[in-house]
Formats: sequence, structure tokens, C-alpha cells
Amino acid sequence: MDFGDSPAERAFRLRLRGWLEEHNPGLPASSTDDEYWAGMARWHRELYDAGFFGMSWPTAIGGQGMESVYEAIADQELAAAGAPPRPSLGYLVWGILEHGSDDIQARLLPGIVNGRDRWCQGFSEPDAGSDLASLRTRADRDGDDYVITGHKVWTSYSDDAEWCLLLARTDHDVPKHQGISAFALAMDQPGVQRRPLRMINGITKEFGEVVFDGARVRAADMIGAPGEGWALAMTVVSHEREPGELGYVARYGKLVKELVARVRKEPGAYGPEQVRELAWAIVEADMLRLHVCRRLSDRLDGISHGPEGSVDKLLMTAVEQTVGHAALVVGGTGVDGGDDTWLKAYLYSRAQSVMGGTSQIQRNLVARRILGLPAA
Amino acid sequence: MDVRLSADQQALRDAVAQAVDRLGPRTVADLDDPARADRLEAVVDGAGWRELRAAGGAAGGPLTSGVEAAIVAEELGRGLADVPFLGPTLAAELRRLTGAPPAPGPETVAFAPDLSGPACAVGGGLPAAVAVDAAGARQALALVASADGDRLATLAPGRAEPRLDLTRPTWASDPAAAPAPLAGAGALGDDALSRWTALGLALTCADLVGVMRGALSLACDYAAGRRQYDAPIGSFQAVQHLLADAFVAMEGSRSVALHAAWAVDALGAPEALSAAALAKAYCARAGRDVCEAVIQVHGGIGNTWDCLAHVYLRRALLSSDLFGGVGPNLGRVLAHHGIGGA
Repeated sequence: MDFGDSPAERAFRLRLRGWLEEHNPGLPASSTDDEYWAGMARWHRELYDAGFFGMSWPTAIGGQGMESVYEAIADQELAAAGAPPRPSLGYLVWGILEHGSDDIQARLLPGIVNGRDRWCQGFSEPDAGSDLASLRTRADRDGDDYVITGHKVWTSYSDDAEWCLLLARTDHDVPKHQGISAFALAMDQPGVQRRPLRMINGITKEFGEVVFDGARVRAADMIGAPGEGWALAMTVVSHEREPGELGYVARYGKLVKELVARVRKEPGAYGPEQVRELAWAIVEADMLRLHVCRRLSDRLDGISHGPEGSVDKLLMTAVEQTVGHAALVVGGTGVDGGDDTWLKAYLYSRAQSVMGGTSQIQRNLVARRILGLPAA
Repeated sequence: MDVRLSADQQALRDAVAQAVDRLGPRTVADLDDPARADRLEAVVDGAGWRELRAAGGAAGGPLTSGVEAAIVAEELGRGLADVPFLGPTLAAELRRLTGAPPAPGPETVAFAPDLSGPACAVGGGLPAAVAVDAAGARQALALVASADGDRLATLAPGRAEPRLDLTRPTWASDPAAAPAPLAGAGALGDDALSRWTALGLALTCADLVGVMRGALSLACDYAAGRRQYDAPIGSFQAVQHLLADAFVAMEGSRSVALHAAWAVDALGAPEALSAAALAKAYCARAGRDVCEAVIQVHGGIGNTWDCLAHVYLRRALLSSDLFGGVGPNLGRVLAHHGIGGA
């Protein structure tokens, strides 16, 4: 049991630390303005080209085949440098690795990993949120293609993405979980209409909705077998719930570091209640750092796509929202005419208990699949 | 970095788990069965688990790292083991850090009445002290302030009673009795005191994680069996969410507690203390929340003496208060980040 670095890990850490001294792009830690996403695409490619992204993914798709703990080390160094987090793409990668054919993997994954292709995830619909399996977007076979009709919403990065990992119903005569298939759909085509959604902190780049009206996708771009879409979705969301996959340790570390610096600079300006909120933000963010070390170490025994992701998602949500509260009380709201970045960070934190499955859904999964409590 | 337990560490955990599962209290009535407690005492004594931090390792160090001691503490907490561990382990650590000879018999450690730190006499008299985890202890170690650092002294035993924690009795010191200086021991410097405090925090965190696990297991079993409205109460979403949140709090606690136990020996003294304080703030809050949820799931039965739920809560409260609960440890975390006064 060792939280410390091996010599190879230490060398990697120092190499990244040195690189970050030259290459920190100075972006905010989360989505507080629309510049953020444009900057993140460039950040992805810079990290990848320098060998600091996708370290633990297979070499065949452009990763480096290293142990998962290197991802934890990278997050720690990004946080310590106050650099932006790494892009959150692991859930797409693991979903396609687990369910896609060799051909699909070879065609799609390298572009995700190296940052040349940007992706969005077409899962949720206006009437299929928590009850995702009731989704109604349809994929109807037409020769070598499927024709897509439907409406996706709360789709992150839909405005910028070249590709969409789409869930659509291909079989209407079987129980709802069994009739769903997954596709890799090209977004730049006439049957795809994208509309930005404005989030509660005012940003318009992250969130969107997409209407599919006669969009086409090749049958060869189905990921997995017909009807395998639900299983793929469950693999994807199990990793979408993992802070070790999302790289969020660096995000929270950066926010906390900035808040600590504010209080240190002007200690007399903050009362005991504000300082206590900051103390909890420090504690929670560090808890997540250590929890990720534990989870990524467990992967030395092999990767799991199981329900632990729900535990991690609930922990991560507590961290994000505790840090959000500290941002609000220490950073301020900007109502006095000052900077409202911290207000935006706080407002953004409210999404964490909804995205990737609500906290209520995660608690259902923990209760049923980990604690073994009886079904209703 | 590999924070999985080694094969030896897993074997240690399994050995402790086996002992408490076989001989630990399974009901509140079991706490009044001295024959059972004596058998558990004999197993723990024979296994040498209380000597893990005694001198005997490399370069005058302890026999094992803080991780092994924390593994034992966690399993004993899970099983509500009513035998001393924390007290004798902390006493052995004090003796090792000051180069004192081994204890002549069972001993524990005395704390200030608010339990936030060791009892420390300044200028001759000891105002008041509470010896914890004191079953069978013939004396308790306290500190006496001196010009070159704190020195060890011993306090004569009082009558150990289960007051807050029914599994780990305490006694209050006789205010008339002065502590007797311990011969052959050096002073306890600032770094040594920080490391000792880090170990105490790490072990109480591990105990809290164990208590949370044991309490949750009790509540999940109860929720699966207890029926209302013609259904097990564990099938109701309100009950499921209470228990899910408790489990999540335990998992977060486990991650910080494990790190604190590792840090005791692996990091510098200020970093070890800060890591332990951070873990303690988290585990102390989680421990109380989880045990309260467990009482709630048990309903009316959970509010009766004969249900084990309050035994877990009481043990959690003692472990929380030792070396400071949430507030003092948030203060330590802030101080480590250069911010004074929580």
C-alpha cells in the first residue's frame, strides 16, 4: 500500500511539471464563459502531442498503454499548476472499446484520443431523462443506411462536435431496453439541426439540443450489434460517473487553490463562516484526489464497468457543490459590480447532481446493486 | 503508486476480522458476558496486535507502518471489539518516540477532559485527565511540560467504566494524585508530538470507518427483513437513499483514512499531521451522520438500549472526539494552507 511515486512515476510527474511551467494556457477551471470550450480543444491537442493525454488507453488507438495511476498523477500536477483539467472523454473511449468492432475502433477512436475529432453524446431526450430507455428517436433501415428521426437535448458540445454517439430505437416490438442501438453519426449533414441551450450561468457553448429529421448514418457505423445500445449506454455512463475518468480532480484542485489564495491575500476580509466553507472545500477536494488514487489502483486488477461509478459520482457531486458553495461565499457574486466568474462557477456546480444520471438515480443504483436492498 | 493492500496486509485484515466475527459482541447483552470478552482479549493479546507500533523495526522504528495498525483498528471498530487497542498502541508509540523502556504491564494514555489532545501537566499539577480505552490498564501515560519538551509521566489507575463508549471504558484521574515522572525516557519534541498525533488521528479515523461499515451492515440487514405496508422497508426509496448516502460517506472516509494511515510514516511530520487532520474532519462528520442514519432506519427499535445501533454511535462519538473532532481538525487543515483560525 503506497500513495508515493515509483521512480518511473516520479520521472513522469517531474516531466509533466516542467512542461506545465511553459504550457499552462491560463483557462478558467470550468465552464464560466464561452471562450472556455474553444480553448479546451486546443488544450486537448497540446496535452496529447506532449504525451500527457490518454496515457492509460491502448496504444492501438493512440494511447500509451500505461497504468491508470498515471492519470491520477497527471490530475494532481494539473491541479498543483493551476492548469485546466484534461478533457473528459474516457467514457466514450471505454464504451467504444467495450462494444465496438475492430473496424469501428480503428476508425473512430484515434480521432477521439488525439483531439482531432470532437464528439457529443446523443442520449437524453425531452421525454427521456432519468428514464433513458424510454427514448423515442428512431433509426429506420434504408438500404445500407439508417434514417434518423428524433430530438436529443441537454447534449454537451453538440454545437461543435463532428460526431455524435447516438442512441436510437431500431426495434419497436421488444421491451424498451432491448430495442435500442448505438451509432456514430456525422453531425455535419442536412438532416441535423443544432440549437444552443443557455445554461443557468449564461454560457451557450456547452449545452445544446439536436433535431434529427432524415439524418443518415451508415449501417456500418452502428456500434455493437442491433439492440446492444442499452448495454453500451450503461458502460458509457458508468465511466461518465467516475472522477478518475473525467479528470475532475484537477478542476476542483484549481478552484480550491484560487480560493485559498484569495483568503490568504486578505485574511481580514473573510469571516469564520466563509473560512469554514473554504475548509470543507479543501477537505472534499482532497478526499476526491485520494479516492481516485484508490480507484485507479484497483484497476491494476483489471477495469470494471460496475456500479462503483455511482458511488464516485455521488462523492464527486458533493465535492463540486461544496467547492461551489465556497466559490459563492469566498469568491462573491459580483453584485457590487465586480467579477462574477465565481457566481458562474457556483451556478455551474448545480448541474453535477443531474448530468450523467441524477443523484437520485445514483442512490437507487447504490442501494440496489451494491447494498443489495430489495426491489420495490 | 499502488494503494491496494498487500497480500500480508490482506491476511492481517482477515485474521482480525475472523477474531471479532467469532468473539466480538453480536448483541448488546453480549457486552455483559465476561467469558466471551476474555476469550477475545486472549486472542488479541496473543496475536501481538497491540505491539505493532512498539520499537523493534528498522532503525529504531516501529514493527509495522501505520497502515497495519489502521487495518487492525478498522476491523476492531467494525466488530465493536470490547478489548483495548487504541490506548495501548498510542502508549507504545509514545514510549518508542521517547526511547522509554517497554511498559511493565497493560497501559493506556490519558487525555485532556475534552479529549482533544494528551493530558499535559504544566507546573507540577495535572488539572484533570481522562484515561481512554482503559480496560485492564494498570497505568496511563500523560505528559509533563518541561523546558526541553514534554516528558512522559504515569498516572495511577482509577475505576474503568463504560461511559460514552460501551466497548472502551474510561476513567477520570484523581486530581489529588500527581503524575509520576517516567524514568529512562527522553523528551517528546514537536515533530514527534505531531507524528504521534497523526497516528492517533489515523487510528481513530480507521476505527470510524470500521464502525460505519459495521453499523451499515446492521442497518441493511434490518431493512431487508423488517416489513411494513406488506413490504421490506429496504424496498422504499426513502430508506434506500438514506443508506446509499451513508455508504457513500463511508467510502469517502475510507479513502482519506487509508491515506492518513500511510502518511504517518511516509510523509514529513507537518504533512502527516495535515493529512490526518483532513481525514479526521471528514471521518468525524461522516461517522456521526452514518450512525444517526442507522438509528433512523431501525425506527423505534433503534431508540432502545437493546439495539446495537447506539453502541456504534457511542463508539463513533468517542473516536471523533479523540484528538479533536470536526472543528479543531478543520482548523489544522486551514493552518496547513496558511489560513489561521477556523
